Amino acid sequence: MTLETILFILFAGIAATTSVLMITRSNIVIAALFLILNFGALAGLYLLLNAQFLAVTQVIVYAGAIMVLFLFVIMLLKPEHERSIYKIPGMKIFAFAIAFLVFVQLAYLILFSSSSEKVSPDVQASINAGTIETIGRELFTNYILPFEAAGFLLLAATIGALILAKKKIE
Amino acid sequence: MSVPIEYYLLLSAFMFIVGVAGVLTRRNAIVVFMSVELMLNSANLTLITFSSFMGNPVGQLFVFFVMTVAAAEAAVGLAIIIALFRNKQTVNIDEINILKW
Repeated sequence: MTLETILFILFAGIAATTSVLMITRSNIVIAALFLILNFGALAGLYLLLNAQFLAVTQVIVYAGAIMVLFLFVIMLLKPEHERSIYKIPGMKIFAFAIAFLVFVQLAYLILFSSSSEKVSPDVQASINAGTIETIGRELFTNYILPFEAAGFLLLAATIGALILAKKKIE
Repeated sequence: MSVPIEYYLLLSAFMFIVGVAGVLTRRNAIVVFMSVELMLNSANLTLITFSSFMGNPVGQLFVFFVMTVAAAEAAVGLAIIIALFRNKQTVNIDEINILKW
């Protein structure tokens, strides 16, 4: 077993476990902390896939900025205990059964559609694709318009969030 | 790259389905929102997997833009949740039903 396989099992195990724990905890703060751990494990997987720039971005943007925002909002709101309010008792089991069925379908598609034996990844191309140099060059040449649009979107979101969250002025 | 591509895709599918189950079963608006983030991340993992195995940076660029949109969406969505809480004193999505006829 190579080091890569061991690391993959470690990170994938953490990501899968924390995602399940996240949706089953009744305490929101603990759920948010499990989601942060999940994002950290995903950053590790990105590193295994040679996507170094996105691994760092994942830690800074997701595990850092977005989850801090979540925790602040949880702190502002009154933490209330979730009580089950399904009118029909079996509804929750039904939802999990649907989710499981869809997962089986996806797994069947992934495992039996076509063999990956034919795919021989070019490791050097893969390493080159993930560097900040390649991504920066693409971003500022071929994808300059979406990049500027993303900046405008962030500005609009900032203004929108301020207007939505502030108190009404009489 | 000794780990086959199927394992990454299976993990991504699993996380997506867990996110779907979270949206379907949880009643707290914040947890529902976090489940949506989980689904976004599983899609990101798929994009990066294909991008890396094909040696093509465009998939990773797309993930970069998805992250931008996710940040904007988180800011606006949480502001909406705060505004909802201020009006209804609850974040339970079953009690927020004024748009349901």
